[in-house]
Amino acid sequence: MTRTNDIILRATTTLIAFIILGFSIYLFFAGHNAPGGGFIGGLMTSAAFVLMYMAYGIRSMEKILPINFRYIIPAGLIIALGTGIGSFIFGQPFLSQTYAYFQLPILGKTELATALLFDLGVYLTVVGITMTIILTIANDRS
Amino acid sequence: MDNILDVTQQLIEYSATIAVLGVSISVMILLYRAIKGPTNPDRAVALDIIGINLMALAGIIAVLLVTTKFNDVILLIGILLFIGTVALAKFLEKGVIIERDMD
Repeated sequence: MTRTNDIILRATTTLIAFIILGFSIYLFFAGHNAPGGGFIGGLMTSAAFVLMYMAYGIRSMEKILPINFRYIIPAGLIIALGTGIGSFIFGQPFLSQTYAYFQLPILGKTELATALLFDLGVYLTVVGITMTIILTIANDRS
Repeated sequence: MDNILDVTQQLIEYSATIAVLGVSISVMILLYRAIKGPTNPDRAVALDIIGINLMALAGIIAVLLVTTKFNDVILLIGILLFIGTVALAKFLEKGVIIERDMD
């Protein structure tokens, strides 16, 4: 079999992976007032990673993205649990959420909610689980 | 003035309904190709274009329901479609989707 040339796939991947990552970050932050949230944001991030894995292969991606996705699952779970336990410090029931308005430099008056931290935990867990499943199935050797 | 607005609204509704009909017919014809298609690449391309028609359908339905909440869904279908088609094409050409070692 002759060597194939993937230049079109790789050139489009360099462009499109950035767009998908930006879209996933947008979905993650838009989840409070619009469709979106941690789950679909995490799925879109892993979709971008899968596209990069398809274009460049596992060996190159281990150099580009030296992350063991298995460790991201407990990190996300600990963050989600930590936001629940953090409400005990203020004498509130488990998983109480609150929000406040802040004056940020560029964004202006912004509503920051602690639900975002819980969403971050969901996001990291979804990315970790999706990438672990896909890479474990793809790795048929060793 | 009110009359013109009413007429415009009616016009948008009628044309959106006609567009839904047209896209539905197109999906039917593509389904025929996806089921009957003699080779697997035929089916892959037919499924790809069915997805594009789905994006169009979501857009028209967003017009009919007068909402902007579907815009994310349309982008999402496009991204998933692209990744799915690339994966299918890699499988048909090389037999593996994520290779261990390229070059």
